[in-house]
Amino acid sequence: MGTEINEIFFIAGVGILTAVIHTVLKQSGKEEFASWATLTGFIVIMFTVVSYIGDLFDKVRDVFLSH
Amino acid sequence: MDIIQIAGLGLTATMLIVVIKGKSPQIAFLLTVLVGVFIFIFLLDKIQLVISLLERLSVQAGVEMIFLQTILKIIGIAYIAEFAAQVAKDTGEGSIASKIELAGKILILVLALPIVQRVVETVLNLLPN
Repeated sequence: MGTEINEIFFIAGVGILTAVIHTVLKQSGKEEFASWATLTGFIVIMFTVVSYIGDLFDKVRDVFLSH
Repeated sequence: MDIIQIAGLGLTATMLIVVIKGKSPQIAFLLTVLVGVFIFIFLLDKIQLVISLLERLSVQAGVEMIFLQTILKIIGIAYIAEFAAQVAKDTGEGSIASKIELAGKILILVLALPIVQRVVETVLNLLPN
């Protein structure tokens, strides 16, 4: 459970950080940079989540189809 | 005390999601998906114990392996379809969720066809000519 809880805190941290960067860039008038920063944070997190979903599917295949 | 781990994970994630949801709902959604994945992976280890017991019992009872394989495949399809449907339902895409469930049901039906065939053949053999 250690790695799982670390991963959850990592993603929450990245989420908060992207929100802060978005706000700062928006306040300084750089709207397009702000949206790009949000998109980049989203993609980074999506890669992590998708790799874990792949793990889940591999494991399901191992458990249910290897007999 | 595995349930305490699961409950702790879920509660921690819930609090973080509540914080993040106001700032960026997409990332909160990905966090929800990730927690679901972690819990499903955790449960798979437990399911494996049940499956190994079932396997031992079926070998002792002399049941054909094809039946057990089919049942396991059906459980696997149900597991994945349930996960995907719940993720879709979480985002409010109820129609996609119901289509995933429909696909799961039909694939399960296709897998069950050989067993149905065997049952009908057995019954026909039992009938006097």
